[in-house]
Amino acid sequence: MPTAYLPVLIFLMVATAFGIGALVIGELFRIKRPYRDKLMPYESGNAPVGEPRIRFSVKFYIIAMLFVVFDVEAVFLYPWALVFDRIGLYAFVEMIIFIIILLVGYIYAWKKEAFVWD
Amino acid sequence: MLPKLFFGYFAFAIIVLSLLVITRRNPVHSVMWMLLLFFQIASMYLFLNAEFIAAIQVIVYAGAILVLFLFVVLLLNLREELLTNRFISAWPVGLVFAGAIFAGAVSAVAAFVPNFSGQYTVDVINRETHTKALGQALYTDFLFPFEIASLILLIAIIGAIVLAKKRMRS
Repeated sequence: MPTAYLPVLIFLMVATAFGIGALVIGELFRIKRPYRDKLMPYESGNAPVGEPRIRFSVKFYIIAMLFVVFDVEAVFLYPWALVFDRIGLYAFVEMIIFIIILLVGYIYAWKKEAFVWD
Repeated sequence: MLPKLFFGYFAFAIIVLSLLVITRRNPVHSVMWMLLLFFQIASMYLFLNAEFIAAIQVIVYAGAILVLFLFVVLLLNLREELLTNRFISAWPVGLVFAGAIFAGAVSAVAAFVPNFSGQYTVDVINRETHTKALGQALYTDFLFPFEIASLILLIAIIGAIVLAKKRMRS
């Protein structure tokens, strides 16, 4: 068992207790006088118009997908950087191959105007 | 005793949260429970001395893949799905698949060797740090799977752009 992470566990427990405690204490002590206007969704003081659920543009999907892919690419760099001094040139070459393959995808996305929002 | 208690907590929390994810009628609620589930799985990895995998679970799954799920849910504009039970209507099919996966897991557990210790024991990982041990294995012994991973990521980029751009034109 990784005992070094005990402070993290204590921190998480305190944070959770603080969050739940704030909500519970607020619920117990605050004055509750609800009426229709007060319960309406807040839209910067304007009266709410239309449905809250609208169809989002598919462009968000491309951005999210590209983010996932390059996030995973960045993740591979962490252990690589740590063992780089031990493996040396061999590690350098294999990471360059890895990045060049992904660069093909990056250039493809660029040429297909995936980064253009319109 | 204490490790068993921790494992029991994580196993219980993961099962309960998984059930909450698949039974919520509102897909956005499902995704939010899934966020909590990913954090529990990350804690489980941490408990198993795999701190790098735990960090990746938070960065990639809770950070990136969950955003992707949320965008897909918002893209689909699920107004009718809130009123119907369509996600669990095909439960006999799901039961068959779940049973098959369970049988596979049971047979895999039966093949486990107790108290087996390979090259990377807990002591070695604690001395080396998990990230370093993983990097050492990944960039020497598992070089080919690592390069294959870049091809899979490339396919993900191209697939997403081909799918989404086609839909945008029509």
